[in-house]
Amino acid sequence: MIYEVFRQERKGQAFAHAGSVEAPNEEFAEAYAREQYGRRGESTALWIAPRDSLHEIEDFVDELGRNYHRVDGYPLKEKLGRARERAEAARAR
Amino acid sequence: MNVQKLLELADDELILGWRNSEWTGIAPLLEEDVAFSSIAQNEIGHARAWYELAARELGTTADELAFDRQPDEYRCSTLVQLRLVPDWARTIARHCVYERSDQARIEALKQSEDAEVAGLAAKIDREEAYHRMHAEMWSERLKDEPRFSAALEELEPLFDVRDEHVPEFAALWEEMTMVRRSVAGATW
Repeated sequence: MIYEVFRQERKGQAFAHAGSVEAPNEEFAEAYAREQYGRRGESTALWIAPRDSLHEIEDFVDELGRNYHRVDGYPLKEKLGRARERAEAARAR
Repeated sequence: MNVQKLLELADDELILGWRNSEWTGIAPLLEEDVAFSSIAQNEIGHARAWYELAARELGTTADELAFDRQPDEYRCSTLVQLRLVPDWARTIARHCVYERSDQARIEALKQSEDAEVAGLAAKIDREEAYHRMHAEMWSERLKDEPRFSAALEELEPLFDVRDEHVPEFAALWEEMTMVRRSVAGATW
């Protein structure tokens, strides 16, 4: 069975995916996760979860190309350029 | 504490660490390879700590005690000398027998009148707790396996046997002391 391991580097920080371990049960998974992701003082806490228990979503539909939902939907480069020109013009006056 | 007793303990940890490390790269699964190698490394670390105490008493160094003695001067138990690769059931049986017997020994040392010995025993015990957890988890998994039960029966009496070395100890000693014998006083 594959267990996914998440690691918290410092108290209060978000957990991030560290990797996975193969183990026959949770007890073994804990022992192996401790060894691989905890023994060098690199973690303050670990989360261990069977891969099957995680709910994965990977279909993100955008049929209508609504780019204004995305961070790259508003190109700022040209706007900034124009704003700079205006600022320079204002200073020159 | 009697320095001979210290050497027994240090030799047990060194030789067991050495034997366990023979599984590095060939353990039954990758995760176990990492875990078991780490345990082996811990045991050798414990050996060093005990050798350092003994070395102060004897006016020598930990390295000299670990690597410069003649084979018949090592006082390790028969249990740790056996070469068990590639038999995983016997390896885990030895691990279980050793951890149980070592626990009693460490408990006694924690009560030692020598504060340094007691302190070191307490420190080592915190790491051994993890080894015991690992041993128990495997023992639980293998308990219905006849090869494992047979191995436990075979190995249990050997922890307290220290009168002579098993034949395969010679090859271990040859390899373990090879660098120090070819370059006297070699260090890292």
